[in-house]
Amino acid sequence: MSTSISENTTTATPVLSADGLRVATTAGEEILHGVSFELQPGKILALVGESGSGKTTAGLACLGHFRQGLEHTGGEIHLAGSGQDGSILDLPESERRKLRGGAISYVPQDPALSLNPAMRIGEQIMEVLRVHRYGDSDAERRGRAAEVLAEVGLENDRAYLGRYPHQLSGGQQQRVGIAMAFACRPAVMVLDEPTTGLDVTTQALVLQTIDQLAERHSVAGLYITHDLAVVAKVADDVVVMLSGDVVEHGPTAQVLYRPQHHYTRKLLNAVPDLAGKRRVGSVAAITGEQAAVPQDGSASHAAQITTADRHPAAPTPAPAAHRSLLEVSGLRLAYGENQVLDGIDFKLGQGESMMLLGESGSGKTTLSRCIAGLNDDYNGTVCLDGAELAPGTRARSAEQRQQVQYVFQSPFSSLNPRRTICESVEVPLQMSGKMSRKERRLRVREALDQVRLGDSYLDRRPGDLSGGERQRAAIARALVNAPSLLVCDEVTSALDVSVQASIIDLLRSLQTDTGMSMLFVTHNIALARHISQRMAVLQKGRIVDLGSTEDVLENPQHDYTRELLANVPTF
Amino acid sequence: MPIILRRLATSVLILLAVSVMVFVATLLLPGDPAQAILGQQATPERLAALREQMNLNDPVLQRYFSWLGGLFVGDLGISAASGGPVSALLGERIGASLVLLVAASLISLPVGFLVGTYSALRRGRTGDHVTTGVSLVLAALPEFVIGIALITLFSTTVFPILPSVTMAPPGEAVWNYPLQLVLPTLTLVLVVTPYITRMMRATMLEVLDSGYVEMARLKGVPERQVILRHALPHALSPVAQVVAIQLAWMAGGVVVVEFLFRYPGIGQALVDAVANRDVQVVQALSILIAAVYIIVNLLADMVGILTNPKLRTGGTR
Repeated sequence: MSTSISENTTTATPVLSADGLRVATTAGEEILHGVSFELQPGKILALVGESGSGKTTAGLACLGHFRQGLEHTGGEIHLAGSGQDGSILDLPESERRKLRGGAISYVPQDPALSLNPAMRIGEQIMEVLRVHRYGDSDAERRGRAAEVLAEVGLENDRAYLGRYPHQLSGGQQQRVGIAMAFACRPAVMVLDEPTTGLDVTTQALVLQTIDQLAERHSVAGLYITHDLAVVAKVADDVVVMLSGDVVEHGPTAQVLYRPQHHYTRKLLNAVPDLAGKRRVGSVAAITGEQAAVPQDGSASHAAQITTADRHPAAPTPAPAAHRSLLEVSGLRLAYGENQVLDGIDFKLGQGESMMLLGESGSGKTTLSRCIAGLNDDYNGTVCLDGAELAPGTRARSAEQRQQVQYVFQSPFSSLNPRRTICESVEVPLQMSGKMSRKERRLRVREALDQVRLGDSYLDRRPGDLSGGERQRAAIARALVNAPSLLVCDEVTSALDVSVQASIIDLLRSLQTDTGMSMLFVTHNIALARHISQRMAVLQKGRIVDLGSTEDVLENPQHDYTRELLANVPTF
Repeated sequence: MPIILRRLATSVLILLAVSVMVFVATLLLPGDPAQAILGQQATPERLAALREQMNLNDPVLQRYFSWLGGLFVGDLGISAASGGPVSALLGERIGASLVLLVAASLISLPVGFLVGTYSALRRGRTGDHVTTGVSLVLAALPEFVIGIALITLFSTTVFPILPSVTMAPPGEAVWNYPLQLVLPTLTLVLVVTPYITRMMRATMLEVLDSGYVEMARLKGVPERQVILRHALPHALSPVAQVVAIQLAWMAGGVVVVEFLFRYPGIGQALVDAVANRDVQVVQALSILIAAVYIIVNLLADMVGILTNPKLRTGGTR
């Protein structure tokens, strides 16, 4: 079960070494089956794995911390500079706590949740300094707090130190998190997916900060992530974990370009790339190179299937204009003084897939909710098939509601945990009230079949399903009424890369099979060529770039898009 | 602080709405106040004279506004039963009830916070199970049952050590007889504390699971400081809402407890006033209890605002 490190590239003494680490739940189920790795000063080791692989558990164990319900059952962790010869896991809690934040520090995944919302950021940094008796006076500590904020590239005047976390952007919050972890000059930093949820530009900035800090101050970094493109950018060495075991270990170049273990290869294949060279997913549907198809954004394979009246070979491109399914014009929405959507105009053709790209706060979810009628506070018009839709689902006809279906970001909260999959998927059919129970059941089975979930899922509840399966069920629920427009709101961002690949795969084949149009909302630009024929880039409530995917990626019109493209991590 | 001003304005509006309701409710009470005061043998002339004196013949709207105006200057009208001003009659009573309420809150709030936090920190262990069980049982018992149980236990056969009724000579302050305060206070404490404990435990558990508490531990902050500095402030603001409801409940619930212990507070006064059809007193007390309700809720909102910088500083970046 346990794995040993086959190749150790460096001979320097490690700052931290984990040796045969075992962790189990208090109920007795083992989570880590003997995990070993070593961290070298000034180098970053990436700990790669999908959710449930135990990578966060391993990372926290390095700090001698085990979450509620977990306990250490074997193995050792040695930390140079801890002043301890033995394993730090043998120390009493109070001793371990003295190491945390001092000799070894932690950068959490979501700074919005991990910074205390009621404490000023300066005070949060000062606190860690005070606890570890860094400096002799508060003035000295304040100086250090200012210094460390400057090091992560933030302002550091008194006013900035006095800000609350909610007054900062996501990227700034994460850099405060890093500053806090770095304040006491630790020997080791454990970074737990610190860039998940940030747009690529901010991510690039954060990664650069981490890289510089590690190098300049010889800090050893343990970088926990599932994003292999990020690994390529920051890590010196990589450890790949699969359900509590280390399956591959080696220098980054070797693991990424000459992977030995089949799981590593599977992970690598699932990573969407901007160039569209890789084929995401396993089913030979329209993915990879083919995804980038249409030059004019109209003559997609999907459109040809549905619009039987239209001849695929028709030479005139004109019909494309008449065929637009969704037309949004002059859409505006403001919450108080905050202009969330500031005049949105675009058209979406029938059978066309469009990516709506934007970072958090750009208004992309608000826009999609307006289109779906879930938000009725907007000004402007949304037309479907030439008919203007009323704002708000209640004011729309049943047929119009069926035409536009929505898939939510998190399959963990969008399915009622007390209902079986069949009951959940059936709901939209009950709303129309036309079908008998038997017909409905039949339709539900068809829909589940479309998303590649068998009959055995009918009577299961969301709790028994994996994240990917739940998202498939949620997609099935959107499909039962055979919509003409499917709005997918960040449907893959709560999922692992390999699951993301299969969902993308599924959506593409569904779109081809049914000829529906799709609005794919995301912050992940790397998915562009894998999912959409056209794309719109949204920034602060405005569309700054709009066109065929090829056009936007090759010839971006706006600085923001150019900046995003320049910062996409690739390998 | 526009948000606090807005809450304040809402509170004033609610209070006005309550005053209308109280006034209308007393209008709807069956019978005639003048008749009630003078009794069945009263001559029509005397009834008419009294009605004139009490302004009962004025239009309803005018009576409402003169009553409302009186509230603002502390003129609560003339008690029909005693003939004296309501404010003089109630002043003492309010003081007595206040003593009870303040004593009960001063005990139950810290106890509730402490026990709730203790229970949360010992999640799933014996200490947690015991406190959860006891607080559930107490929460299920109505105040008169608790009161009677305490009387049985401490002033009758088992341990006859405490007085079961309050017997201060009229004109003397209740707090001159501290022993007599023990049982009524204890009853209120036992009624109120379980709710605060349970709410405190629930919010504390949630806060202890939060990212910032884990982060504070991973920063190496000592556990004591983690609880006091990072967890407690966040747990308090939702609990403040429950505390407000409990305190407000006490202002009204004190009626039963005071009646049980013959305690000369507003509860007793209210019961007597209703029995005597003393409309002015009923109105004054209802408005008073409503005002307490609104004020404590306002205070709870303020706690919420003060512990949440997002509300305090607005959403500006």
